[in-house]
This record gives sequence, structure tokens and C-alpha cells, in this order.
Amino acid sequence: MTAISPAADKAATRETSIAIAEARARARLRRRHALVIGLRLAILVIFLGLWELGADYNIIDPFFFASPSGIFEQIWSWITEGTSQGPLWLQIYVTLEETFLGFVIGALGGIAAGIILGRNRLLADVFSIYIKIANSVPRVVLGSVFIIALGLGMASKVALAVVMVFFVVFANAFQGVREADRAMIANAQILGASPFQITRTVIIPSAMSWILASLHVSFGFALVGAVVGEFLGAKQGMGLLISTAQGAFNANGVFAAMIILAVMALVVEFIITRFENYVVKWRPAPFNEQGA
Amino acid sequence: MQLQTMAAQKLSPAAPPADAAIAIDDVTLRFVTPDGHMMTAIRDFTMTVARGEFACVVGPTGCGKSTTLNLVTGLLRPTTGNVRVMGNPVTDISRDIGFVFQVDALFPWRSVIDNVAAGPLYRGTPKAEAYDKARDWIARVGLARFEKHYPHQLSGGMRKRVALAQTFINQPKILLMDEPFSALDMQTRTAMQDELLGLWSELKSSVVFVTHDLEEAVALADKVYVLTAGPGTVKSVYRIDLPRPRVMADIRYDPKFIEIAKVIWNDLREEVQLGQSRGLQTGH
Repeated sequence: MTAISPAADKAATRETSIAIAEARARARLRRRHALVIGLRLAILVIFLGLWELGADYNIIDPFFFASPSGIFEQIWSWITEGTSQGPLWLQIYVTLEETFLGFVIGALGGIAAGIILGRNRLLADVFSIYIKIANSVPRVVLGSVFIIALGLGMASKVALAVVMVFFVVFANAFQGVREADRAMIANAQILGASPFQITRTVIIPSAMSWILASLHVSFGFALVGAVVGEFLGAKQGMGLLISTAQGAFNANGVFAAMIILAVMALVVEFIITRFENYVVKWRPAPFNEQGA
Repeated sequence: MQLQTMAAQKLSPAAPPADAAIAIDDVTLRFVTPDGHMMTAIRDFTMTVARGEFACVVGPTGCGKSTTLNLVTGLLRPTTGNVRVMGNPVTDISRDIGFVFQVDALFPWRSVIDNVAAGPLYRGTPKAEAYDKARDWIARVGLARFEKHYPHQLSGGMRKRVALAQTFINQPKILLMDEPFSALDMQTRTAMQDELLGLWSELKSSVVFVTHDLEEAVALADKVYVLTAGPGTVKSVYRIDLPRPRVMADIRYDPKFIEIAKVIWNDLREEVQLGQSRGLQTGH
């Protein structure tokens, strides 16, 4: 047998060629990133441009479908002159406050209920039927009940947001608890963990990715709950702004409020993603999404 | 038996002595499956592990190898017969027991040091002391540079090292291992076997090591239990008189080792064939 050793003198040239290849690959990635951003902007400009032109030439009736410039003017006048219900920031603040309260209460309740039922078979079997029934009620209908019971103030909107959020978070937390790895639980048990320690150090962390996934969706639901609640009857808020605009056949106003709501949702989504990355920093980095 | 001078000495199963570390005495375990059938996992099973002894359990797939370990932890209760650990009947999970799993059972949201410190922390050791111990054990398995890493950042072999440190930090008198190295490649497995024997010789635990790999069993054990195809019972017991300390990379070329492995394999072969033909029939 003869051992064959590769020549070592080529190492230096190999290193420089690797550096060049890496630089090229990085440049290619940068160009692709720029292309994606450019295309996104182009689509936005074309879309708004066609809309505006269509409105100008009356192909799209601006009375019903608004126009980008009209929407912009509407937002501008809300910012500078305030709305018919008072300053714009106050409307945003009211809606956000209702959404947040509903979101936090609903999420905490959902997480607690999910963990308790997930850890206790008997309770889960007993309550599952009631949860199914409650979950099958179209929750928006409850808005009317809450308005009657809790009045036109903040409480009725918060209550509606809570029920919108609760079931989503509960279902995910419950599933997350059930999916917790059996070997991991047995390991903790043999290492000496008490049932409470198992819940705290194994069950909750492993359900966390399920719970966080539901928080993304359910913030949107909380916003829906708050806005619909305001539709049904309120003194302040973005929902009232929309329903006032609707009553006055002000399509620009409806679209303008919609855009403001979308921006609010996006900002909070960004914050939740940040929070998620912080909480589950132990997770392997997901496939790197371009430009996200 | 044609070999008179062989190192594998066949023992006759006898009632366990009172001072054994683990004594499983004539145990049968039946359970009702979710679709309402009675299944016998193991029957008339007797096994003794003396203090400081390394016992391996080999047998065909599905013969109840892992069941024996769960009887010792107390996670399963025998239908008939009794199980004693350090002379006491098994009632709850004993503090003396350590368990290394086949699958990855580390906590992925904890760093290496937090994983290793878990046992002492669960058992109420003060934080500083637990982390000092953890640091010591991480160093012993050669991962001192990786204290702050998360499990997903480590290779399979390194994760097994963490699992060993996590188990050994509790200084278990009884060490149960359920095919712990079966998912590792050959070279890593050999290294891990050496690591295990090193740690075991320091700690003097009594070990039950379940494996489907006969060579692994012969290389590691003082005593090898061969089980029948399910429902499992002890077919035969062999004492392995290979000298210690053993070096895993070399022992498989030792003529004595090969001789022993052949003898036990002759015994095991028909059970494996039986288990496989049954598996094909039932589709498992």
C-alpha cells in the first residue's frame, strides 16, 4: 500500500481563487436583492399610476372606488385639520389601545387555558366539546351582545377583541403542549424535575413556537375585533371613522382609514417578529428570506 | 457447547441475590392496546445486575428491550413479579437513576451548560454550585469550548457527549441506556463507547445498556443478555471475560472477541430471523 498525499504548493493559488469566487457570489446576491426591491417598487408605481389614470379618465369611477390622489389628500387633511371626530392621532390611539388590551388579555387567557387543558387529559376531554361549540359561533355577532351589555365605550371593543384572539391562541397553545416531545419530558423527569418544573422548563418552551405563530395571526384578529366593535357603535376610533365615511359616501375616507389600519398592523407585526426572534433565539436560523 | 475454553461463559438464570443493584425477578408485563387487545411485552423475565456491573441486553427488534429499562425507572409497572433497585422495590423514579435516550432528548432552547446543569437545578442544588459542576462535566466530555452553544449548533456526536454529561452530573448509581449510540456513524460511535467506558470506570455505576448491535454489546459488557423474539424473555446470559480497560477501536480485531461474538450470534440468529419473519407478516 502506498499513501498518496496531495501537493501542498497549490494552496496559495487556491485561496486567492476562492476569495474571487466568494466576492462574485456576494455581488450576485446584492444584485438580486436590488432587483427584487426594484421590481416591488415598479409594481407599486404601475398599480397606483393605472388607478390614478383610470380615475382621471373615468374608467374607474372615483366616487365609488376613490383615487390615489384623493386618498392622499384625505389622509393629509386628517393629519393637518383633524377628523370630524377629533384629531387623527386620537382615533389611532383609541383603536390601538382597544386592540392591545384585547390582544394581551385574549393571548394570556388562551395560553393559560391551552397549557392547563393540554396538561390535563380529563379537563381536555370534558371541555373540548364546549370549546368547539363556542368556537363555531361567528364571533363578530358577539359584538352586538357586548355593545348591549358593556355600552359604547372601550370595554365592548376590548371584549370583542379578546374573544377573537382567545380561541386562536388557545388552539395553538393546546396543540403545542400536546406536541411536546415525550423523550424530552421523560428526560426531565428522570433528571429530577417535578411536574411543575416540567411544565415551566419543558412544556412551555416547546409550545412557544406554536404560541408565537398564533400571535402573528391573532393580532390581526384583535384589530378586526376592535374595528368591528367600533362599527357597531362607538364614540371614537378608526372603525367609527370608516363608518362615518361610509355614511357620507366618502370612498376616499374609507380607503384612507383602511391604509392607516394596514400600516398599524404592519408596524405591530414587525414588533412581534422582533420579539419572536428574541424569544426563540435558540432555533436554527430559518431559510434566509430575501429582503424581508 | 463445542468450545470449552471460550471467554463467553454461559450462565444459568437464577433468582437474584438480595444485594444486587438491579433485580428483575420473574416479571411479566401485559398491557391493553388502544384498540382493546391484550399485548404481552415481556414474560417470565429475570435479570440481575450486580453493583458496578455493565450488563448489555440484545435481542431482535420489538422484543421488549426498552421495556426492561422502563421497568427499572418505574415508568412501567410489572403485571406480575417484582423489580428491585438497590434492594428497594421500585415505587417512583429513583434519584439514583440516570437514563440516556436513543433519540435526542436535550432541551433545544437551552445552551450546553444550561442543559448539563438541568439535573442539579431540578434537584435543588444552588445555582452557582450547579453551574460549577456543569462546567466540570462539560470539560470531562471534551466540550469546554462549546458551553454557550445551542444543541442545533453541535454535531450528533457532540450532542451525545452533552447527553452523557447531563446524565453523569447526577452521579447515578444506576445507568440505563437505550440504544444511545445507534444514530451515530461508526467512528463517532467508537469514540463515544470509549468515552462511556471511561466515565463508567470513574463512577462505578451499574449499567443496563440496550442495543441491537451484538458487537457493541460484547465490546462493552461484563454480561450479555440475549432475549427471544417478542414477547421477550431471557434466552441466555453470557459472561464476557475480556480484560479491562478495553479500547473500542482495537477490541473488534481481538480473536477472543470474535470468538465470543460468534458464539452469541449463533444463539441470537434464530431469534432475529423469527422476529423478522413475524415483522413481515404483521407489517411492522
